[in-house]
Amino acid sequence: MSTASAAPTLEFRGAAPWRRAIRQHGWTIAVWLILIAMVPYWRSLSQQDFKFDIQALAIDALPLCFAAMAQAVIVISGGIDLSIGSLMGVINVLSAREMVDMGFRQAIAFSFLVLLLAVLASGFTGLIITLTRIPDIVVTLGMLFVWQGVALWIMEIPGGGVPLQYSDLAIGDVGSTGIPNAAVAVFAALLIVWVPLRWLRPGLALYAVGSNRNSAYLSGINVARTRVGAYMLAGVFTGLGGLALSASSAIGDPNSGATYTLNSVAAVVLGGVSLLGGVGGLIGVIAAAYVLTLSKIILLLRGTDPNYANVYQGALIILVVVIGGLLTRKTRS
Amino acid sequence: MSDEAPALLEARGVAKHYGPVVALRAADLSVASGEVHALLGANGAGKSTLVKCLTGVIRPDGGSIAISGKQVRARSPMRAARLGLSPVFQDPALVPDLTVAQNLRLTGASVDAVRAQLSDMDLRVSFRELVGDLPLPILRMLDLARALTHDPQLLILDEITAALPSDLAERVFDVMRRRREQGRSVLFITHRLAEVIATSDRATILRDGSDVGTMVPKEGGEARIVEMMLGPEAARAEVAASERDEEDVPVGAAAAATTAEERPMVLEVSELRVGGVQDISLQLRRGEVLGIAALEGQGQDELFEALAGQRKAESGVLRVSGKAFRPRHPYDAIRRKVVLVPPDRLLALLPQRPVRENVAAPLYNSPLRWGPINMRAETRRVRRAVEALQIDMRAARQVRRLSGGNQQKVTIARWLAAGFAVLLCNDPTRGIDVGTKRQVYGLLRELADDGAAILFFSSELAEFPLVCDRVLAVYGGRVTAEVPGAAADEATLLQAMHGLDLDEAVA
Repeated sequence: MSTASAAPTLEFRGAAPWRRAIRQHGWTIAVWLILIAMVPYWRSLSQQDFKFDIQALAIDALPLCFAAMAQAVIVISGGIDLSIGSLMGVINVLSAREMVDMGFRQAIAFSFLVLLLAVLASGFTGLIITLTRIPDIVVTLGMLFVWQGVALWIMEIPGGGVPLQYSDLAIGDVGSTGIPNAAVAVFAALLIVWVPLRWLRPGLALYAVGSNRNSAYLSGINVARTRVGAYMLAGVFTGLGGLALSASSAIGDPNSGATYTLNSVAAVVLGGVSLLGGVGGLIGVIAAAYVLTLSKIILLLRGTDPNYANVYQGALIILVVVIGGLLTRKTRS
Repeated sequence: MSDEAPALLEARGVAKHYGPVVALRAADLSVASGEVHALLGANGAGKSTLVKCLTGVIRPDGGSIAISGKQVRARSPMRAARLGLSPVFQDPALVPDLTVAQNLRLTGASVDAVRAQLSDMDLRVSFRELVGDLPLPILRMLDLARALTHDPQLLILDEITAALPSDLAERVFDVMRRRREQGRSVLFITHRLAEVIATSDRATILRDGSDVGTMVPKEGGEARIVEMMLGPEAARAEVAASERDEEDVPVGAAAAATTAEERPMVLEVSELRVGGVQDISLQLRRGEVLGIAALEGQGQDELFEALAGQRKAESGVLRVSGKAFRPRHPYDAIRRKVVLVPPDRLLALLPQRPVRENVAAPLYNSPLRWGPINMRAETRRVRRAVEALQIDMRAARQVRRLSGGNQQKVTIARWLAAGFAVLLCNDPTRGIDVGTKRQVYGLLRELADDGAAILFFSSELAEFPLVCDRVLAVYGGRVTAEVPGAAADEATLLQAMHGLDLDEAVA
């Protein structure tokens, strides 16, 4: 064992760079391509002008975008949250009840308070999960009912409202350029909250904990703190989703969030986030939220029976995920 | 290694138990500055547990750990690193879904420093690659490079060479030598004694959770190390004798060996190659218990999986009762009456279901048996198996509530009720108490005497002479020696399992 010094340099290069890029970002790119591919068909069915259509899509998709971002953060960290929709409902009725008599500035200030509440509420859920070691799905299923009850307690029947200017944040456009505020809000949240985090240690920790808890622990990551952090971060997006409901509908409705939980899971899966955790990102998930919303709009324009529309949409999700799964397996081997 | 200056690492009486299972009784370990110190011991002697205690992965129940004379208590791997202890664990500590660069940023390691460490080892790795896409040996080297960037006082390598091809292992030895030249220390854990002789200044040997001594490994000193791993010769002979006195434990059937040649061949394996198995051939006759003795990860698991139909053989020929045997699924193997008792009992059992259903489960797998289940026949067969194995039925409503020993009996009882020709026992006594172990030995012998053919792997060497007619030692995926059951004492087996030539062995 003395000849080692003469050993040649060993080099380990993986696949070609383009291959690696496709493997790591292929899904995200594919979902955006699907979205873009849907546009011409959508335009061919629509009677409205392009600006108006884009505006409508952005507004329609806004709450789902935030719900899906919240779900994505939690799923990436290895959990799942069934209470996102009903917590959005709570935020919706709370803000609509209080903002109805407020001025614009006051409403903005109150929004931050509401966001803080959402972060604490979601963090509390995360804390229960990590402290009791009860599976996420059980605790968040319980919280689903808790928040439903709280929403009804705050506001029994739809009511309340928001200042006109506040509503404009969701339904207006940027200085009449035609760029919808609703889309700007989504990408602003992505840039301000997610992108910096993605490149810092806490963001990596999120992926590490979702990918392999043991390896993450051995890398010196505080697993419990990271998971609670994921829920708190998701709370930011859930809060934004609730406020988006208030701003875009200008009313509080205790049942408004009901559909968003399962739709957020659908967007997460379609957006390339593995339900096993550790894989995927928010950019693909946002595209998936738009794809889901747009497919609904298209089916409506075609005059498809709404009952069948759900069948088509469910089939679309399964089809995309199956094809994606097959392609991923191929590039891996 | 002076007596005045405190040793770099001084661990005293470190103890750890999991429930009633003692992993570490009281282990002492002293590592001096500037030495490569080997930590040795058979499977389950407590090496990995000691390392985990030192590095803060688990909290010891007792004992003290001092670094340079100062008492410390590392509560997490991060704290241990700050104290100057950097471990490279047996399991890679890299997150599979992140790229190499992201993993490094996660632990605060500098990418340039790691790259420098790698180039010191003459390695270049693309850091933009996903960890999950890299081969295991490269991950071990990355783990090593990352640990080195902390310039640790004590580098701890837990069986790092087990997964490395020899050229990479050489680079690890180079690193160890360089560390020593720089006055740093290395704690080196391995099963390969030749590596210890070549690299280590001193070696501490663990046995049954306690240290049994520290010595200087020298050329030709393998036999002495093996002897220390075994403990005092006299004590061992006594234990063996008392175990043989138990009336329900038949002595390894040396007497039956004369007639063995006439018995029909049941299982033939020739030139099997699958996973870690490089080339294994073996013959198993009716009424015979054939032992497989091996260190961890020498291919024995793949051998059992291939025979049980869980893994497809890459090449080689399998025959059962003279006819070709190519199982693609456990169902194929079971149909040919080749059945497995896996090391993890809960893998084989339905933990939430009662004993009766567990025992009866294999009875239902036959496609020829449509229609209602014959409850009376089932009851009869289950009862017979339960009685034969003396399974304690007090907690029979859920198998997971049985003791480990009773669960193990249920896994065997299933096949007893279903009928079998070849019983593949992969470590059937892992983690069960002594009394039940003896019952299992007796049972296996009885089954063999009734005509079963049994392939038997155990991580406890003392079991081989009690149970086996013959023992094959496997090292590096090849059979290195065949020993008659009666002669399969621990010293002989350990020599053979380490790939050492039995003729050179010092008795």
